[in-house]
Amino acid sequence: MREHRYLRNVTTLAYEPSRCTGCRMCAEVCPHRIFEVENGKARVRDRDLCMECGACAKNCPFAAITVRAGVGCAWAIMASELRGKKEVACG
Amino acid sequence: MSNDDQEKPRVECSCADCCGASASKVSEENERNYIQENRGWIESRLETAAGPVPVVSTRLNWRDRLGSFVVRLGIKRMNYAVRPGLYAVGNPTLGSPVFVSANYKLSFDRLRKELGGVDAWVLVLDTKGINVWCAAGKGTFGTEEILNRLEASGLRSVVSHRTLILPQLGAPGVAAHEVTRQSGFKVVYGPVRASDIKLFLRNGMKASEEMRTVRFNLADRLILTPLELVMTLKVVAAAVLILLVLDVLGLNAFSWKTLYPYLGAIIVGCVAVPALLPWIPGPAFAWKGWLLGIVWALFVNIEQGLIFSGSPGWAQLWPRAVSYFLLLPALSAFLAMNFTGSSTYTSLSGVVREMKTAVPATFISAVLGLGILIAALAGAF
Repeated sequence: MREHRYLRNVTTLAYEPSRCTGCRMCAEVCPHRIFEVENGKARVRDRDLCMECGACAKNCPFAAITVRAGVGCAWAIMASELRGKKEVACG
Repeated sequence: MSNDDQEKPRVECSCADCCGASASKVSEENERNYIQENRGWIESRLETAAGPVPVVSTRLNWRDRLGSFVVRLGIKRMNYAVRPGLYAVGNPTLGSPVFVSANYKLSFDRLRKELGGVDAWVLVLDTKGINVWCAAGKGTFGTEEILNRLEASGLRSVVSHRTLILPQLGAPGVAAHEVTRQSGFKVVYGPVRASDIKLFLRNGMKASEEMRTVRFNLADRLILTPLELVMTLKVVAAAVLILLVLDVLGLNAFSWKTLYPYLGAIIVGCVAVPALLPWIPGPAFAWKGWLLGIVWALFVNIEQGLIFSGSPGWAQLWPRAVSYFLLLPALSAFLAMNFTGSSTYTSLSGVVREMKTAVPATFISAVLGLGILIAALAGAF
């Protein structure tokens, strides 16, 4: 059982298996161990653990993964709303 | 810090740790803003093909520890950076491993502390004084900075191999395959926590599942709370002041009794919720804050004899009781929601979803609570 679990069915993580070559990079970089490689293909174990950090998408050499990366930070979201910025990042 | 080994700069993507970075005073033009080298963390210089390289100590001295303590309280936090570039640990040679780090001194200290007895090079990127994970999210710990710093440091002539070891939490900013394509250097992602580095090296640069998993245990959460509290007290001081003025003018004399409900609600949102996070039911942070806030408001009401006291003065007491129930949980909920930025598992989409309900709900609740206080003050009841 995981110690922490956030809202379900919200992540923008999308994975296209046909592009996957099973290089394991996504499985390696994910801080919540969402990906697992089986029979030469990555598989998403538990989408709801995704925090949208973007590490998997950034490190996939075959562009098989997309995610709207950003910080899950209420302050940052409020700040970017106030400044009229689309991108949500710190600072 | 008793839990030094588990706590690590890279797992503290406290939003508070990132915010304001664009306003950071650290710049390449003003070298004086980097932590001075004469403070014991640099031991000597090592002559290399790329010129003299500073050799760093693997022990943290009192200045390093004091510095960590101070930035944890939010003081001079945006100005705690070391000069980017190449550093040496021990007595490294052409074949020694190269670790890549951020120039937030807390991150850098955590790394060098774990490298006792290891001969290695450390390539410090210019992350504007921000820790690895936050900087990766912003892209300052990123592909471009690695490529630039690699060439600027002359690393090519200092080592004969072509491998860089990056902290795993740098991955959101770095495309490993791009670094390799453009520089010929292979990127190996090391463990999440610096304390696992020696084991990682012993295992032939292999990280276990456990070493690759981000945690957020009690110690990880508690170490972030002082900063959260200091930042919050600054922001909400004004709001609390307004409440106090209303309180003093209308319903009570200025006293500890009028102050502690609000201070308590702040502590509930900034300390109690982070501490009890996994045990408070419901996934949303604001909800967790509201739930504990209700418990707190109940306590305050009973303690002040506003409810369950059998007092016949309900006609006078109810505005105060109701306003506590509307204001205190709203305050705790809002503050707890802001801890999402410090957590290691909330997603942007999730927080946006949570805020859609939480922001209007806490706002309306607070406005109603204030309205009742003001109306009571005006003698409306």
